[in-house]
Amino acid sequence: MGKVVVVTSGKGGVGKTTSTAAIGAALAQTGLKVALIDFDVGLRNLDLVMGAERRVVFDLVNVTQGAAKLSQALIRDKRVDTLFLLPASQTRDKDALTEEGVAKVIAPLKQKFDYVLCDSPAGIERGAQLAMRFADDAIIVTNPEVSSVRDSDRIIGLLDSKTLKAERGERVSKHILVTRYDPARASRGEMLNIDDVLEILSTPLLGIVPESQAVLRASNLGSPVTLNEPGNPAARAYIEASRRLQGEDVPMVLPTDKRGLLDRLLGRKAA
Amino acid sequence: MTLFDMFKRRGSAPVARERLQLLLAYERKNRNQPDLVALLRDEIMAVISKHVQVEQDDVHIAMDRGETMSTLEIDIQIPNQGAMAIAI
Repeated sequence: MGKVVVVTSGKGGVGKTTSTAAIGAALAQTGLKVALIDFDVGLRNLDLVMGAERRVVFDLVNVTQGAAKLSQALIRDKRVDTLFLLPASQTRDKDALTEEGVAKVIAPLKQKFDYVLCDSPAGIERGAQLAMRFADDAIIVTNPEVSSVRDSDRIIGLLDSKTLKAERGERVSKHILVTRYDPARASRGEMLNIDDVLEILSTPLLGIVPESQAVLRASNLGSPVTLNEPGNPAARAYIEASRRLQGEDVPMVLPTDKRGLLDRLLGRKAA
Repeated sequence: MTLFDMFKRRGSAPVARERLQLLLAYERKNRNQPDLVALLRDEIMAVISKHVQVEQDDVHIAMDRGETMSTLEIDIQIPNQGAMAIAI
């Protein structure tokens, strides 16, 4: 029986889709069977970030409504053959997804895959609640910035009340993934540091992904950063996060400002 | 920016942290509870309009949440004929 993991945040643009792709690919590279589901109905993007945008035939809504079989809608990744994607629908009908429909998709995926990663839409409405509904674990993507931290706190509240596990009196296992962390700015006191974020949200940390140009490069190319530039600090952070998600004890290393003196003087950013 | 400012500006993160802690403490406490300000506004309006005709625009309700104490400020402008109606 696989694990259902929701990747959520409340706030938009913090890196949910990027993180879903990066962690999903990192997990699949170790041989685990991984399915990524894009829950952002109407604004699908995981297909684009994964480089599968031209291979979408059927989508999540087609499957929930019985218009397509799950096996027809799942797109196998061309780089890692244990990685699959179930794209969101581009329909504008917000009620296209129902809880029963989602349940019918999640149940067989849980049987066949080791991990089912649900890429949540932004917000706290229906779409976001459906994405987290069947989750065993939650990755809360947070930027070290006030509005993102506040929204993460709201999402944590929903995870503790609106999920199936919560309603059964169980707990969704929650993890904070800090993304776009700028060590230089944090050390200068210009950005909330990791301890601040963790103390405020009182939730354990899954990883710290430093701000990196490799992330945009990867999405430009339609390849998860963990496959595209596995040696890059951001990719390494995602790979380590995926190992922690599996329960491995990987020591957390705070990203440091790796620029040389000349780069600092010229104000150049690290790779 | 003066030279003094440069030294004084010891990062804005501590301010962010304090603001968040205060705000989230309040939001967590009030989660799943009706919005107090909205509730008070509606009930106060109902009471006032039982006796006097007031426009929604003439009612100002402000809330200021402090660490140990909060203030609720209610400012209702009652037209003069209305005031007479109360006196009677």
